[in-house]
Parts: sequence; structure tokens; C-alpha cells
Amino acid sequence: MAETHKPPEKFTLRLRRYDPEAGEAPYWDEHTIELEPHRSVLEAILQAKDRFDGSIGVRCSCRQAICGSCGIRVNGEPALACHTHLDAAKRSAKDGVIEIEPMGNMPVLKDLIVDMDAVHWKKIQRVTPWLIASQPVPEREYIVSKESMVDVTQTMGCIQCGACVSDCLAMEVDPGFIGPAALAKAYRFVGDPRDDEHEVRLRDLAEDPQGIYDCTHCFKCVEACPKDVNPMGQIMRLRRIAGNDFGIVDQNNGERHEAAYTTLVKDYGLNHEAELLPRSYGGNSWFGKFHPAAGKELLSSLPIVIKGVLRRKVNIKIAIFGHKLPKQDLKAVQAIYDKVEGRKERYELNLYITGEDEPKEEAAPLAAAQSSTEGSAS
Amino acid sequence: MKVAYWPGCVSRGFTPELHGSMARVAPLLDIELVELDRACCTGAGVIAEHNQELADTLNARTFALAQQVEGAELMMNICSTCQGAQSECQERLDANAEYRGHVNETLSAEGLSYEKGLTNKNFLWLLVEEIGLDALRARVKRPLTNLKVGPFYGCYIVRPRPRLGIDEEHPRDHYLEQVIEALGGTVIEYAGMRKCCGFPIITMNKEASLKQAGRHLGDAVDADADCLVTPCPLCHLNLDMQQPLAEGVVGRELNMPVLHLPQLVGLALGLEPKELGLSRHVVRPVSVIDWSTSVVGAAAPAGGW
Repeated sequence: MAETHKPPEKFTLRLRRYDPEAGEAPYWDEHTIELEPHRSVLEAILQAKDRFDGSIGVRCSCRQAICGSCGIRVNGEPALACHTHLDAAKRSAKDGVIEIEPMGNMPVLKDLIVDMDAVHWKKIQRVTPWLIASQPVPEREYIVSKESMVDVTQTMGCIQCGACVSDCLAMEVDPGFIGPAALAKAYRFVGDPRDDEHEVRLRDLAEDPQGIYDCTHCFKCVEACPKDVNPMGQIMRLRRIAGNDFGIVDQNNGERHEAAYTTLVKDYGLNHEAELLPRSYGGNSWFGKFHPAAGKELLSSLPIVIKGVLRRKVNIKIAIFGHKLPKQDLKAVQAIYDKVEGRKERYELNLYITGEDEPKEEAAPLAAAQSSTEGSAS
Repeated sequence: MKVAYWPGCVSRGFTPELHGSMARVAPLLDIELVELDRACCTGAGVIAEHNQELADTLNARTFALAQQVEGAELMMNICSTCQGAQSECQERLDANAEYRGHVNETLSAEGLSYEKGLTNKNFLWLLVEEIGLDALRARVKRPLTNLKVGPFYGCYIVRPRPRLGIDEEHPRDHYLEQVIEALGGTVIEYAGMRKCCGFPIITMNKEASLKQAGRHLGDAVDADADCLVTPCPLCHLNLDMQQPLAEGVVGRELNMPVLHLPQLVGLALGLEPKELGLSRHVVRPVSVIDWSTSVVGAAAPAGGW
């Protein structure tokens, strides 16, 4: 706690200013403030507003990472202003100046204030964010076991700050994507045993071209979330339940892709790329490539395939027959498949809930996978 | 140094030049590669999406095989996606002894067992942390002078930071820039360098996928890069192989060569472009190499090669 006693220091902020109503282009403004290094970026912005320019637009309320009002970008990364220490922000700044911008993927109303209604809340509403209770509704409260609810507590941690929406890379190219926050919210009800519409919800989200299968698996939301909600992990759970438990075969090739990939690794031990593509479009068997949907796709990819073959990038033998593990090893891999997939229930470990059972080992600082507390499913 | 080497699937499938160039570069850096040819696909996140325990068990098998390689200091991969998928499984396996025991019980049928604490590094991490930038610099025979290189990491190797061991002491999300500089090249920063190439949704939303690839490539063109370099063969598929289609989606000519990391290192260490498989790319790296003289960084000859 020694850090909390450090004397005030000077920090320079570079604020992105923009007032759409003024009709002028956005510009950068610099202010130097003085605060103890452990204080927050929000306090710095408020000091700048207080001392130098009252017109700086910023939204905030609780100042303790609960209300989710002060989502911004600090040095290009989404964050809660009240949850980011000044010293850390300065260290991650390129030139020592802390760069502060409004969140992305949402229109700016003024300076650091974005229009959450136009994007974030609209998407939340899209997933029917309330319980559709199983009938008959009990006279008093629903009684459910603790174990059956513990799984959804992670998504309940969401404070609707929009940090994940701000930097969603799928939304960046496809603004209609339902997005991480709303899909995490959807899992909150799909995982709730009291909800009666799991299948309807999942079918809707799987069939929507901008639903669960539009997530590009970039981990941006996992990292952006100040509450470890792990939105991408929740999206993967929605996919897992939709495909495996409800057998929903969507029009977006999502389930087919997952099934084809998993089957090909079982059959070959390695990924067989040339089979994966047609099967994702045409269905999970060797005959998938003869399905009209696969034919159309293959035809459109033909120029690239030919180029690949001519450049000897694509080896025809591998393209047709794939590469395989040695027999003995392939058998071992298939035995793992049989055993794990033969279980009555899927075994999932969520580190958000279980935590780590052993302390990190100081001796292995270079180990690639240092445990963290954030979520598990991918 | 001796490493248990996991090449991945795509490096032996649609990007054979990656596996090939790694094999050429390794001896020049005194890396002895012991290929894990009995190990299976990491699942690239897709098998975990289907069944988490299945992905964890398949990867635990690979880790166990790596731990059996005598004299190997660590496990090395050449694929960002493999790194991310394996790190995710390892995070769960290492965090919980009971779960590890459960997974090892399945592996015991084959007489295998995974012991907590494997070190698994992408070639990029190994270059910086094990070989070291100074040692790398000392081995450069043909500095990439005047070659403007844009890094392209791939999501799986930069996020989430705690899982991948990225912190102020190990700025692994800046290693590509460090390596490019050590090889004598010029780093080009551009908006998309740590963004998604779009490959994971190529079969689900082709337009959005190609828009991602096209946009990042376009940003690199605008930033005046001669080429990109990536440690991820899946990114390479979307950025190089699909580039002609990406051009159509973003409506502009891109013509941006994309090199695999071992290829870029190999060029600087004096290997010939052809033995590094540079002739196999869909986008010919004419801005990188004057083919007739094999001079790196020279202007493109009229008429190509």
C-alpha cells in the first residue's frame, strides 16, 4: 500500500474533443493536472474540467467501478476511467501523455460521451433481456438449486459500461452484429433454469446472420471487460448449447463448421483444410462438397485454389487426402474422443467460479500460460 | 537449444512454406527441432467451442508428449492460434489439480500424463526471450535495410494478456517490432496490427471476414509498408491467400506481400528467397525481393519475376 502515500505528480492528458452540433472537426486538447499517481484517470479528467475547461463532456457517477457510466478509451484501449490508475495509464502511454478518447463503435454525442442508446441498449433489447418464466409460475418465489445458478453469475457481473462493445472487432466491420454485451446477457437467460424459452432464444441467435456465429473470436471483449464477464466465453457457450444440446443447424454454417472441424480432427488427427471448407457449407460428410451450397462456394474460390496449386502452395495430394497421424496415435486420439464425448454430461471448468487451487509458481515466470482469474470457456 | 516442436496443421497443409522455412532457419539459430509428429491438432478454439474437456484432453496429450522429449528445454510452436488455444487449455489444467487429474486419467490409457508447468513458446517469444535480440542481431548476414515491415500478430497471441504472460517485463505484444528492428528493417505501425484477420468467420460471414483482412492490408498500404510479417499461418491464409477476394470486398488494389516470421528471419540470416518458399505465396513479394539478384529490399523490377 506504499503507493497510496506517494506525493502528487504532474500528468498530462491528451483529450479528444468533438461536438457534432458545432459542425467542426474533432481535435485534441492537452491539459496538465496534478494528482497522486494512484488516483484515477476519471479524477484527472474532472480536475481538468474543473480547473481549465468546464466544457469537457464526460459521463460519470459512482466513481467506484459499479455504475458503468465512465467507459472511455485510455491510450487506445477501452477502460473505465474510474478504474484506471494514473501511473499505470502513464506507463502504457506512447509518449508519456495519457491519451483519452470516447469509446468506439458508438456515435459521439460530445467529447467523451457516446450514444449508448443508439447502439448498446438497442442490442441489449434485441436479446429479450428478461426472464420468460416457466409455467405455471409459483405463487411465491421460484426455488432453484444454488448449483444451477452459479454458472450465470459471471454474466450477472456485467455493469453495462459498453467497454466490450467499444472495441468489438466484428462490430467494427459489421455494425449489425449483436455483439458481446448483449450476447453475454442472452446467456444469462439461456443458462437460467427458470427460463422457459432456451431453445427459441438459441434458434433466434443462431439463425441471425449477425448472431452468435458472427463473433470473430478475437478476445477483445474478454480483455476489455472490467468485470471479468468474459463475453466471448459466453458466446462460445451459447454456440455449444445451441449445436450440441438443441441440435440447431443454422443457416450461417456455424454448427456445420464446428461439427466438421471436430469430426475431421477425429478422423485425421490433424485439420484437413481442403475438406473443412466444403463441409462447412455443404454438411459434415465426405459428400458435403457435392451439396449445391458447397459447390457455389468452391466455384467462387476456384481462382484462388488454382493459384495456390500453381504456386505449389497447395499440395494436391494433401488437398485431396489430407495429412494423418500415425495409426497408433490416431487410435489414441479417437479413444479420447469416445471417452470424453461418451460422458453423460459435459465437464466444464470455469475458472471465474472455481479460481485457482494453487498459488502461481515464482519459479516459472516464462511459462506461457500464467493463470489468471478471467473466465474459461472459449 | 533443443525444443519439442509443434508445427501445427496449417503449416504442413496450406502454408507448407512456413514449416519449410522454420526447418531452414532453426539450424542457423542453433535450435534443434524435435518434431511432435504424434501430436494432434490444438482445435484452434473450435473444438473447445464444441467441448471444452475434449480440447483440454487433446492438448494435455500434446503437452505430455512434449514433456517426454529428452533434453528439450521447452515446447515451441509456430502458430499464434496454436499458442492461444494451447495456452487456454493449459491455463485450466494448471489452475486446478483435480481437473488435471481427471484429464490425466483419460491420458493414462496411453501411459501418458501431463505435469503442471510446461513452458510453451511461439517462435517469436523464443527469439526474443531465449535467443535474445543481441544474439539475433549478431547473426544477421543480410540486414533488411530500407525494408518497411508491418507487424501482424494475430489475436490469439496478444489477448488475453494475463493468460499469455504479457506484462511490462514481457511485452510480447511488441516483440515483432523488436525483431524487425534487430534484423535491420524499419517497423511500420498501422491501425490493424493487433486486430483480427477475419479468418475465424470466413465460412460464417465471408464479407465481414474479408472486410477485416482488406481493411488491415489497406491500412498497411497507406502506412507505406513494403510487406507484413505474421507469426500466424491462419492470418496468412486470410491476408495472403484470400487477398484477391479481399481486394474485391474493400474495392481497392492491395498487392501487399505477407511473410511468415521464419521467412523474414531467414532472409536476414542470408537464406535464399526460394528456399524459404517465398515463391509460393499468392501475393508475390516483389516489393521485398529483387528475384534476379536475391537482393532484399530492392525496388521491384519492371515486369515482375
